[in-house]
Amino acid sequence: MTINTAFNSGRLTLYLAGELDHHEARNTIRRIEELLDEYMPRDCVLDMAGLNFMDSSGIAVIIRVSRRMKTLGGRAWIENPAKQPQRVIDAAGIDRLVPVAVGK
Amino acid sequence: MNETNYIKLEFPSKSSNEAFARTAAAAFAAQLDPTLEELGDIKTAVSEAVTNSIVHAYPDSLGRIAMRLRIIKGSTLEISVRDWGKGIADVEQAMTPLFSTGGEERSGMGFTIMGSFMDKLKVRSSPGRGTTVTMQRFISPRQTKR
Repeated sequence: MTINTAFNSGRLTLYLAGELDHHEARNTIRRIEELLDEYMPRDCVLDMAGLNFMDSSGIAVIIRVSRRMKTLGGRAWIENPAKQPQRVIDAAGIDRLVPVAVGK
Repeated sequence: MNETNYIKLEFPSKSSNEAFARTAAAAFAAQLDPTLEELGDIKTAVSEAVTNSIVHAYPDSLGRIAMRLRIIKGSTLEISVRDWGKGIADVEQAMTPLFSTGGEERSGMGFTIMGSFMDKLKVRSSPGRGTTVTMQRFISPRQTKR
């Protein structure tokens, strides 16, 4: 699990790559919170194009980021999820909480 | 006997074994010639079941987890994940979407995902003795696929 970042006019994009499961979740949450503290973004984009695998631990990470951005008065959304993460997002029904943008 | 092939694996409840378990399950399932989507569903369901045992069955210690996979009637994959841990007092409650006792890195969606990715899901548990999750997924033969 790796996270690359891009920051541009208030928008922090987190490029998640690799596999996000329970084993990786705690470090991923900690790393993302550090990045949010560091950049204080207005928008946070979770780019999942490089995420080969995600289970419900990924859902916990997404919900966490979304809540955190809400308390900061900002927004969070998901972009370009690969097929497997997309199926998990659909099954969990969190696209109602966190928007999913495809094809950007 | 309708069982055509099987494997049994046992490993300690270390979170680093989550990736091993789902990869091993995918490797076994490959003989049914699944699509990438079917393979992804199998890996996800295994990851959820094994993670539940790691997080909930043995919260403060390492314990045994046994995973068995078998192919029945030539086209259905059956996966069972068993532990000898704490057990679940109220299985119905545990299977409710968003219900979780697992802390901040859990979402309470594990059973929901297992249920939606598998054709059958059965959970047997007794407090103090352990839990067995049994799941089945029919893999359609290739010629009927796109």
